[in-house]
Amino acid sequence: MSEHLGKDITMEEWVKLESKRRRKDAAKQFFRIFFGRGWLSKCCLVVLVVFILAAVFCPLLTVYSPYEQSLIDALQGPSREHLLGTDNLGRDLLTRTMYGARISLCTGLLSSLIAMVIGVTLGLIAGYFGKFVSGVIMRVVDAQLSIPPLILTMCLAAIFGGSILSISIIIGISSVPMYVRMVYGQVLSLRENDYVAAADLIGQNKLKIMFKHLLPNCFATIIVLFTGNVGISIMIEAGLAYLGIGITAPTPAWGTMVSEGYNYFMFKPALALVPGIALMLLIISLNIVGDGLRDALDPRLRGKL
Amino acid sequence: MKATVANDTILKVENLEMLFPLTKGLLSRQYASVRAVDNISFEVTKGKTFGLVGESGCGKTTTGKCILRILEPTAGRVLYNGVDITKMPRKELKQYRRELQMIFQDPYGSLDPRQSASSMLKEALTIGQTKKSTGEINDRIEELLVLVGLNTEMKVRYPHELSGGQRQRLGIARALACDPKLIVCDEPVSALDVSIQAQIINLFERLQEELELTYVFVAHDLAVVRHIAERIGVMYLGHLVEVLDSSDLFQNSMHPYTKALLSAVPTIDYYAEKSRNRILLEGEVPSPINAPSGCPFHPRCKYATEQCKKQRPELTDRGGEHMVACHNV
Amino acid sequence: MGERLLEVKNLRTSFFTVAGEVKAVNGISYYLDKQEIIAIVGESGCGKSVSQKSMVQLIQMPPGKILGGEVLFEGKNLLDYAPTSKEIQSVRGAGISFIFQEPMTALNPVYTVGNQLVEVIRNHKKCSKAEAWKIGVQALRDVAIPDPEKRMRNYPFELSGGMRQRILIAICVACNSKVIIADEPTTALDVTIQAQVMELLQQIVERKKTSLVIVTHNLGLVTRYAQRIYVMYAGRIIESGTTEELITKPRHPYTKGLLNSVPKLDQTGSEKLIPIDGTPPSLVNLPDQCAFLPRCPYACDKCRNSMFPELRSVEGENHFVACHRDIVEDRT
Repeated sequence: MSEHLGKDITMEEWVKLESKRRRKDAAKQFFRIFFGRGWLSKCCLVVLVVFILAAVFCPLLTVYSPYEQSLIDALQGPSREHLLGTDNLGRDLLTRTMYGARISLCTGLLSSLIAMVIGVTLGLIAGYFGKFVSGVIMRVVDAQLSIPPLILTMCLAAIFGGSILSISIIIGISSVPMYVRMVYGQVLSLRENDYVAAADLIGQNKLKIMFKHLLPNCFATIIVLFTGNVGISIMIEAGLAYLGIGITAPTPAWGTMVSEGYNYFMFKPALALVPGIALMLLIISLNIVGDGLRDALDPRLRGKL
Repeated sequence: MKATVANDTILKVENLEMLFPLTKGLLSRQYASVRAVDNISFEVTKGKTFGLVGESGCGKTTTGKCILRILEPTAGRVLYNGVDITKMPRKELKQYRRELQMIFQDPYGSLDPRQSASSMLKEALTIGQTKKSTGEINDRIEELLVLVGLNTEMKVRYPHELSGGQRQRLGIARALACDPKLIVCDEPVSALDVSIQAQIINLFERLQEELELTYVFVAHDLAVVRHIAERIGVMYLGHLVEVLDSSDLFQNSMHPYTKALLSAVPTIDYYAEKSRNRILLEGEVPSPINAPSGCPFHPRCKYATEQCKKQRPELTDRGGEHMVACHNV
Repeated sequence: MGERLLEVKNLRTSFFTVAGEVKAVNGISYYLDKQEIIAIVGESGCGKSVSQKSMVQLIQMPPGKILGGEVLFEGKNLLDYAPTSKEIQSVRGAGISFIFQEPMTALNPVYTVGNQLVEVIRNHKKCSKAEAWKIGVQALRDVAIPDPEKRMRNYPFELSGGMRQRILIAICVACNSKVIIADEPTTALDVTIQAQVMELLQQIVERKKTSLVIVTHNLGLVTRYAQRIYVMYAGRIIESGTTEELITKPRHPYTKGLLNSVPKLDQTGSEKLIPIDGTPPSLVNLPDQCAFLPRCPYACDKCRNSMFPELRSVEGENHFVACHRDIVEDRT
């Protein structure tokens, strides 16, 4: 009541004002921790934002098309028209790198989202429901884990072809077991808490308990997994592209660019190095920003002010 | 010593048994079981408090959970207002669900850390009930908060913003939101500081008077149980060894274990303390997996005889509803 | 009782946190004689545990800091030495040893009992492993653990809570500690095991001529076992005296309130408990006045306008109270 003293307000108004004040405090706290981790995380955030902007706005940022070939201009060095030079088919390297960012970020985010939705749901069900259901789910997950992920993705890509969507789904599926196991373990310990028994006593049904009481308390774990997973998914996608599986030339995926540029390494190392370094920078900054996100969210989620 | 009139009995527990299987191997073969609760019977009068007291591993918490069917008892009956609710299917049980509530021991684990106080009480008020307007719900939430001695401003707070005593009060408010008739209190004050304990105990008593509640009060603190309960059941290793009125506890207890338990609890009456006879028990409480044969207390009992080793004593009435399970008393 | 073993004068310890300075120990003084059992009583957050750990500088510095005072043990001021110095290391264990609340976590789960005993013994005494082993077995025997040779080979998880607590006491005995500080030694144990452990501690005091400091919030425990009591509130000692004086004739409203809050086992009626209103104060930004003021039923203008009351002597043996008022209550 103290902050709003002096005015005659009703309880509802006070609740609204108080909730707004709390949200503001929470947001302030979040940003304080998120940005307070030193110059490295600030740098990485900038790098990440640059990549994201490049990925989103690349058609506006460049006049070239990533596919248009111009053999006359092949293998040129950096110049005013081509800031990073051209590749062996005369395509602008910078443009192709930016479009590659789009592909990497899309597949990374999409596959992680797919993995999260499927994995978390299965983990919740396996953790909360009885022995038979959890047994079946966990054994299927174990079975999947016994297949080397690269081989699994290769086979699936061979069967389903290589559009961004199908590659995202495939990488997503290969990441599902990680989520299932983490959430399963988390739910196993969470469901022993008294508040779950209390929810049962007041008459709540099992489904609601799962999504209202168990799931929100898993958010910390899930977010930690998600931030790590995006980086890993991007790596897998690049690896597949490098091997020529899934996304193939002429689509400007970074992995493909590295594999093609490798042939010209002696004359123009930039062809392979630029996408390689871009990949490295993106994944590193994703991981470090993910760390910061984790820290900023974690104590709040655990409830320490 | 009052006689229990049949229609005054709100809860009757008959030969309750809870076995936890111990399994081994790939196919979970059962090789033994833990007799957590072994043939317990008692009655609870409406509007009164029945205290269940004992040390850790004696099965009192398990009994409380079996009464509410948080755990499914393996044998025996639980009669609520004369209705056998032991094996009732979940759908049928729904109508009684809200009348039987529990208050938990751990003020930190019994509240969902991601739910604010008002959200929690709203959930408790609205499940399975006829739709109420938001205004009605808010009013009821505030009523409940005031009833348990909390400031209405605390409805926006999350559990981590409340102290231990306040969390416990919120847990009580949640139980009350369901308009319960019987509440099983599982060590509700053990985790609290001394001065807060007293506040919460007084709250329990006030609520019992105002709302005509019945409590089954599970605790290991004899003094607290004696204070709040009218009738006390002493448990040891899954068995009820003595059931008596709380006014008889200090002077007239008969079972050797009860006497040893009383002797072990220090009081703040200085001169009485200095002149008390202390009974010191040898050994440890045995594990319920390897429960002793016959009377469960015989390995530690001064008066144990051959009969005690072989035959398990039954709870018999020694006069005035004072039940003892002992061969030598 | 004998010579003065330990004297603490005006000890002050604070923790410097984001929220401000937490004055956990705000100027306490007490003493301990040989073969004496004293108790430091208070609820959680009053600073009693921190005060004990400060004596041997066992607190985390930073964020903690021992700001001042003296801890005179065997003639030397322990606070003159750095926490890592040889003098402090030798006092910890052999001079002053601790028994903590959670016997489950006080022992290292990956080493056997014997291993841990031998390690501690050899830390304080120059002897071979075999000799240390023998001393360890004898120590286990002294604390009435049956089959001590076998127990030496057990791991902590194989033993019950009461047994583990006895082993911690055995460690103190093996080092021939002069002072044992038991911080809530029985809170995590069952009632009958509590009694066993406390009786054991009492016997150790008699037989080995050690002194014991019991830090607890359990008033019954101190009534039965302690000879003198210090009551702490918000980092200060607000009442001290012999057990008989304090329990039967408490002078401070807080002590009175505590005694009134405890349900009594030996009564047949059901008298109402009289709890203390409100909650213990936060130790950050304590006011200059008496810390108990917001909760005190006897508060008057004098209390509101004066600084924190100093301890003053009142009638009765060795009885000191920090209160501006003079309220006598006889509970005999």
